[in-house]
Amino acid sequence: MTRSLGPLILGRLAASAFSLAFVVVTIFAITAALPGDVADTLLGQSATPEAAASLRHAMALDQPAWLRFWHWAGDMLHADPGRSLLTGRPVAELVGPRLYNSLLLAGATAAVSVPLSLALGLACTMARGTVFDRAATVLMLGTVSVPVFLIATVAVFVFAVQFHLAPALADINAVHSPLQFVRVFLMPVATLSGATTAQMSRMIRACMIDVFSAPWIEMAVLKGVPPVRIVLFHALPNAIGPVVNAIALSLSSLLGGVVVVETVFSYPGMAGLMVDSVAARDVPVVQCCALIFCMVYLALTTLADVVAVASAPRGRDR
Amino acid sequence: MRCRDGGVLTMGAGALSPHCPVSRRAALGLGLGGTAAILAGPRAAAQGAGVPRRGGHLRLAGLAGSTADTLDPARMSVANDFVRGKSFYDGLVALDDAMVPHPALAERLDTDDFQTWHITLRRGVTFHDGGPLTASDVVYSLSRHKDPAVASQQRIAAQQMRDIRATGPLTVEIGLVGPNVDFPAILGMDNFAVIRDGTRNFSSANGTGPFICTGFQPGIRTTGRRNPDYWGAAAWLDTIDLIAISDDMSRHDALLSGDVDIIGSANPRLVRLLRTRGFGIMESPVGTYTDLAVRLDQVPGNNADFVTGIKYLVDREQVRDSVFLGFARIGNDHPIPPEDPYFAADLPQRAYDPDRARFHLKRSGMSGKDLAFFCSPAALASVDIAVLLQYAAQRAGMDVGIRRMPVDGYWSQYWMKMPMSFGNTNARPSADMAFTLSFSSQASMNESRWRDPRFDALLLQARGERDDTVRRRIYHDMQAMVRDGSGVCIPAFTTSLDAFAPQVRGLRPNRAGQLMGYGFTRSVWLDDGGTHR
Repeated sequence: MTRSLGPLILGRLAASAFSLAFVVVTIFAITAALPGDVADTLLGQSATPEAAASLRHAMALDQPAWLRFWHWAGDMLHADPGRSLLTGRPVAELVGPRLYNSLLLAGATAAVSVPLSLALGLACTMARGTVFDRAATVLMLGTVSVPVFLIATVAVFVFAVQFHLAPALADINAVHSPLQFVRVFLMPVATLSGATTAQMSRMIRACMIDVFSAPWIEMAVLKGVPPVRIVLFHALPNAIGPVVNAIALSLSSLLGGVVVVETVFSYPGMAGLMVDSVAARDVPVVQCCALIFCMVYLALTTLADVVAVASAPRGRDR
Repeated sequence: MRCRDGGVLTMGAGALSPHCPVSRRAALGLGLGGTAAILAGPRAAAQGAGVPRRGGHLRLAGLAGSTADTLDPARMSVANDFVRGKSFYDGLVALDDAMVPHPALAERLDTDDFQTWHITLRRGVTFHDGGPLTASDVVYSLSRHKDPAVASQQRIAAQQMRDIRATGPLTVEIGLVGPNVDFPAILGMDNFAVIRDGTRNFSSANGTGPFICTGFQPGIRTTGRRNPDYWGAAAWLDTIDLIAISDDMSRHDALLSGDVDIIGSANPRLVRLLRTRGFGIMESPVGTYTDLAVRLDQVPGNNADFVTGIKYLVDREQVRDSVFLGFARIGNDHPIPPEDPYFAADLPQRAYDPDRARFHLKRSGMSGKDLAFFCSPAALASVDIAVLLQYAAQRAGMDVGIRRMPVDGYWSQYWMKMPMSFGNTNARPSADMAFTLSFSSQASMNESRWRDPRFDALLLQARGERDDTVRRRIYHDMQAMVRDGSGVCIPAFTTSLDAFAPQVRGLRPNRAGQLMGYGFTRSVWLDDGGTHR
């Protein structure tokens, strides 16, 4: 087993490095192709052609794109993401706190939604075809179908405006105790968990049912093994690979794909930073955000694959 | 010459200044009575009344905020920037509720010819870092606007200042390119706030203002505490906390749930709901306008009949009532709002006239051409106005398309570049600035590319004119010229709405902009002293 894992991880790392390089070049090309640049943003309506040109010159934006990329990539190799064109502050200083906030929100959401969707998915598998399974399916499809902004807005209206149970803003500075943490994160995490849980539990259910159709499960049933034991000790170990993959895919979007929730709750996360920076054409920040999203995605999927290989009983037997 | 409030704004050689607050105030009294917006809401009577209380923590949620948020006075461009600026910095001159300049960091402004200005600074003013205010700080603060790398929003206005030099530890001399009676108003613009000599790092603010910056995270929040050593009237609030919530619904929810005390840019549609729930609404008659600019140097605007026809198509009452839900004042196709002391009240109001519109549009021969209004959510309410115009044009026998462009890139890619595009212009501190920045022949923001040498000559003449009666007459003619000559169509001036919780007191509408010209932190107080939490 250890023999087969080493090359796998190495191979994945090499592929990841290639993917990162590809993403970085693509992002740079796309931002360069966008109309306008940071000089236009800074000057706004007072952007006369000559004012914009002299500002561009002062910011070295009039250099050819490949040269700017070269400088940026060189700095990046020394782990220096450079300075924001907009604020002149180090990119790391801008991204750091936002990354922490995003990881906190994603972590809290994962802590709620992973156990919940595992439980739901397994329960649906065991009770497949029953009223419970159908009700759960309808509920989950319904949750996935309702746009997140609607859930979030209604949640704020009901719980914050009408009943004052939770704050309308997810003010991370107000968190000084575990209870306050729950209060502040209750609504954003609930909103995000709704869609994530629905998605994951559907996939878990599908994976498990797939495994259940295998002959050795039928064998176990015929032997008279109790259903709970079949699910936990016979089916689940064989389904870990696909299940972990499903979880990884769902979680990977929690960092960069939650701009709606960040907006509604005024939560200062990475997704909002990325959107702001694209709008302002602040290319170094866009690049840094994209790189982090890409790295997290690659790390999660690689981890899922490693877990899948390591846990698969068939792989072990070989 | 001594003016009210003990402030002295001397204009040497005994010349009567059109800028002495008293004379402007007197002029203002005539036009303001009927049009000035008043505070409304269930506690309107209590607003401003009562004894101010010291203390408390006030939280504001403004509309726009992003990583572009700045503490650099030169770069300030959105409302929250100006709120930060007004809290942490001071200008040489401060504009009051009616945009009349009063001395602030400058103790006196003296001039003989309105071209060379001698500024005497207030003694004993200190920056938040403890350093004293000196002439070199002022020279640095003003001169940097001319440096392209600073990316100043007021680079054009700053270019009027030909030389800026210190003549003593507390005296500065500014030589303008030509006489300008309105120069104090320019110095009163928030972008010309005074910073410490040599400041390049704006991760915090080192100003002289009534609040000291205690935290600044662009796009997230700004915090401040009262400056105990403030040179002027100290603020009432202990601490302030500024955030921005761009989502309309979320911003109002935050106010309704008590998470913030005051919000900028309240949605007119939610005014009634907010009032029934006990929140106050402040209506500020700001001179901001959304306009349609038809370029006179391109097809179809190079045809005079077409431009006239379009101007007759605008149903201004409908724009005011349907688009702005009544929170606007009707415009007359020139940039001077009705509250301005120089507003030409006797100029005939242009009105919706389908017959004349049909006549002129038909004569222009543009029917059947591929025409379009370029609008965007970036220019407030422009999409709605475009729809009204399109419908009116259809009824006048002309098909015009609507191109609704995204916010992103609208100002740099479409505005003023397309034959017909909507723009949005902020309130200017004076008629001179309104004309100079957007209508003079050299103006980079001359939206319709209208060029009239007589207008330019009048502009210069008014700028150097000491006699207010003569200036008034000149400005009257200039309004008529813009109204009839330029390709800019100004249907209405917007009324800015702010909403606040009942405990917030001391708010007064200000012509310069929302939230008391962005300076509300200087004078509001909390009725319960901040004990409601």
